[in-house]
Amino acid sequence: MASFAAYQDNCPFVKNILLLDSEGKRVAVKYYSDEWPTLSAKLAFEKSVFSKTQKTNARNEAEITMFDNNIIIYKFIHDLHFFVTGGDDENELILAAVLQGFFDAVSLLLRGNVEKQEALENLDLILLCLDEIVDGGMVLETEASVVAGKVASHNADSGAALSEQTISQALATAREHLTRSLLK
Amino acid sequence: MAQPLVKKDDDRDDEAEYSPFLGIEKGAVLQEARVFNDPQLDPRRCSQVITKLLYLLNQGETFTKIEATEVFFAVTKLFQSRDIGLRRMVYLMIKELSPSADEVIIVTSSLMKDMNSKTDMYRANAIRVLCRITDGTLLTQIERYLKQAIVDKNPVVASAALVSGIHLLQTNPEIVKRWSNEVQEAVQSRAALVQFHALALLHQIRQNDRLAVSKLVTSLTRGTVRSPLAQCLLIRYASQVIHESGNTQTGERPFYDYLESCLRHKAEMVIFEAARAITELSGVTSRELTPAITVLQLFLSSSKPVLRFAAVRTLNKVAMTHPMAVTNCNIDMESLISDQNRSIATLAITTLLKTGNESSVDRLMKQITNFMSDIADEFKIVVVEAIRSLCLKFPLKYRSLMNFLSNILREEGGFEYKKAIVDSIVLLIRDIPDAKESGLFHLCEFIEDCEFTYLSTQILHFLGNEGPKTSDPSKYIRYIYNRVILENATVRASAVSTLAKFGAMVDSLKPRIFVLLRRCLFDSDDEVRDRATLYLNMLAGDGIVGETGKDVKEFLFGSLNVPLGNLETSLKNYEPSEEPFDINSVPKDVKAQPLAEKKAPGKKPTGLGAAPTGPTSTVDAYEKLLSSIPEFAGFGKLFKSSAPVELTEAETEYAVNVVKHIYDGHVVFQYNCTNTVPEQLLENVSVVVDASEAEEFSEVVSKHLRSLPYDSPGHTFVAFEKPEGVAFGKFSNVLRFIVKEVDTSTGEAEEEGVEDEYQLEDLDVVAADYMLKVGVSNFKNAWDSMGDDCERVDEYGLGVRESLAEAVNAVINILGMQPCEGTEVVPSNSRSHTCLLSGVFIGNVKVLVRLSFGIDGPKQVAMKLAVRSEDPAVSDTIHEIVASG
Repeated sequence: MASFAAYQDNCPFVKNILLLDSEGKRVAVKYYSDEWPTLSAKLAFEKSVFSKTQKTNARNEAEITMFDNNIIIYKFIHDLHFFVTGGDDENELILAAVLQGFFDAVSLLLRGNVEKQEALENLDLILLCLDEIVDGGMVLETEASVVAGKVASHNADSGAALSEQTISQALATAREHLTRSLLK
Repeated sequence: MAQPLVKKDDDRDDEAEYSPFLGIEKGAVLQEARVFNDPQLDPRRCSQVITKLLYLLNQGETFTKIEATEVFFAVTKLFQSRDIGLRRMVYLMIKELSPSADEVIIVTSSLMKDMNSKTDMYRANAIRVLCRITDGTLLTQIERYLKQAIVDKNPVVASAALVSGIHLLQTNPEIVKRWSNEVQEAVQSRAALVQFHALALLHQIRQNDRLAVSKLVTSLTRGTVRSPLAQCLLIRYASQVIHESGNTQTGERPFYDYLESCLRHKAEMVIFEAARAITELSGVTSRELTPAITVLQLFLSSSKPVLRFAAVRTLNKVAMTHPMAVTNCNIDMESLISDQNRSIATLAITTLLKTGNESSVDRLMKQITNFMSDIADEFKIVVVEAIRSLCLKFPLKYRSLMNFLSNILREEGGFEYKKAIVDSIVLLIRDIPDAKESGLFHLCEFIEDCEFTYLSTQILHFLGNEGPKTSDPSKYIRYIYNRVILENATVRASAVSTLAKFGAMVDSLKPRIFVLLRRCLFDSDDEVRDRATLYLNMLAGDGIVGETGKDVKEFLFGSLNVPLGNLETSLKNYEPSEEPFDINSVPKDVKAQPLAEKKAPGKKPTGLGAAPTGPTSTVDAYEKLLSSIPEFAGFGKLFKSSAPVELTEAETEYAVNVVKHIYDGHVVFQYNCTNTVPEQLLENVSVVVDASEAEEFSEVVSKHLRSLPYDSPGHTFVAFEKPEGVAFGKFSNVLRFIVKEVDTSTGEAEEEGVEDEYQLEDLDVVAADYMLKVGVSNFKNAWDSMGDDCERVDEYGLGVRESLAEAVNAVINILGMQPCEGTEVVPSNSRSHTCLLSGVFIGNVKVLVRLSFGIDGPKQVAMKLAVRSEDPAVSDTIHEIVASG
């Protein structure tokens, strides 16, 4: 991935997206830059990001900080901490748009129940969501409704029954439902 | 609806600690993955297992090669299922596993089928997966589909293909470059993000073709760009075009109007991108800056922290070069000092430090002291650096700033932070003579309780050089000897050397130093004992080492005449034998690399590394390089080496810049050449200089470069004789060489070469080349002590100028002198200005200049120039330079 350096200069580049819990543990993370080559480097980065931002209030508006020549934009809700990292010469507002897109798409996919428990139960949706927002560091889509639409295209309108079933059951019914309609 | 919600909350309380992945274990999940092989696939269960696998990977678990291969083969079975959700997870899994080339073949056909599927989502994802895992050979097979996908009417498919193209361009540029027609079409897409991705790819395909980029920017800035992201890209490309077009044209800058119009865009990211681009234009005028500063100022009071941060960070950068342009924002800035977000507060403070005037320093320092304790180390470093530059700007304020630095030096902090503070104090000591004693004293206090060996040794070294020159050197001895008693071996050894320096320089202290050094003979460490023995013998002057006091000083204070890197290699190669190691056998050639590094303009070497007064490190390096060339040995002492001047444009085949070395009766041009073509080896490289427009110069020596392989810089020299003193001229240059083709796979060059030439840009020797920038800390004192014997005063009309600041800068650039006391900054709207300059002219003549500018209504600028120097002829020369400039 070293080759990214070649076009980081001109193109907005996202170095990583992190979703951590209230203790700084991973819920889902995705790295696009080789700046942190090993697992321990990644974990150390996550730890310092978490500890540096932990005490701030990023619950209403996205907050921002800068260290080790990286810009980190973050936002918290309940027990989930969302982070987007970019280089220090990146346009902060583009990174903020990526964070907002991720944050809102997750809210949509989890139907407003943005909590660690819910996120883990729907980890497949979160991972797909990351996959749809950024591809190898390039911004793919920042509009939350579009991202959520792409991720949830196969489990639409299972909402009504959702609260009475377990999530995975609901998803399964939805998927089967959709598969049937496709097979027609 | 309310009923079930309540019920769910109850459930949650019961299983508060429950996680769907509780107790998950790799072995068990790998077992579970066997369901992928079931003849009757259960899509739901398979999805769950994949999610578990992905969870494991995401938590940092790794699969062995065998495990990964097994999972991969199992996953490929899942292509049989037609469940969309499952297919999505399969795609993700394949990307995460990044299969090897022989495994890729297994899924290729399935993915190619999906690429041609009727389902858009399949097409888009299959493209992204395939491009991620593919290699060059496969790419040619699917190229046709990718080209189609780029112009697909579904935006998701098109974006997938374009983004994949951007990644592939790094590995298979020749293939992706063939798609430019399709990409061009996609740039016109109505879908916002397709346009963004297409623009990014198109620019990367063409980035080396400057004309094409310029055309692209021209056509798009006139047309409609829908996505804010694409607009941001376009702004970046436009400023690149502006940058490359250089400052050759006067008057209107191309695309400035476009950038300015983007300041009124509806998306904040575009407004900010444009404002930032304007502030970064090279040689931006204050009129061009104003609209950008205005929008940034609005952002400062935004409710969004990200916006405030972006704005204050940009303004902070502007403040470094155009402090006056930012002063309008000072009120908004001051309210940001109490911002919740400490990053914003720090940036606000440092901006204020840069834009503030002398009278506001004390007030600001008070605010900062309260604030330092609750910010992180990296911000403290920023603040320290700002204070350092403030102190150099207002030398009279050194007392309060030095106090501040010594206070924070005593507080807790990491190495980098402490180093920044120590570097700052060292710099202040060097540049402000009055600050020396108190600064050294603070450093002494610091090493009494310093946990960093590196800093202790550096300070001891510095103390050894500066301490003996103070009024009362004896008071430092206690601090130094304490190190010998209390510290680790490295610091002890360094302290011993420092003691010896005091002994050598201060005769009255010698007997006491002897006593102390003798005590060190019983140290437990070899190095410390060796040093003590050596210095004792040397200072005793009993003829074993060093015959005279001069030799002793040379040994203690002189620099090693060989590059350390070369010494290291020679020592490693030295085989222990009867023959002692001879330091004269160490090659003195400096390897080309360190010189070829481009020095950031205006970046002064700071800190302890460059602590000894006198020539800067680059000059040292140049001097060594030049003295190693016998042809130049008779030229005498090097007076000045200019900063490198680029003779080629960026990204051409051969990059050449030149450094002008000025001697009394000669000038040497050092051409630093870099060959950027991997397929070529250049031999017999020389620069042919035509000096027909420089009559006073005559060529004496030309040293060619035997070979110039790809990407390893080398230099050639041309030397000219000139009359003593000042001479000007214009030189045109042609690079001449023999080019040989290189087979990049083997790295071997062909036997036969072809002679070729390459036109370089012209080079001027100007007045500034004969002037060293040397500042004085107190201009008035220096001016008065110089006396008016050699003063020359005259008045000049400078004609119509853009602004007063521009006129001031022009004169400073012509003279090449060091502005003093921050007088190079012209307050906006002022009608008159006085600028103080100092420097050393060739022949080592100190020169001070006082410039008084005045501007009247129609921008007519008049200037009064007063010169004082040690030589009336030089004062006259300065006037001649200005008159002809």
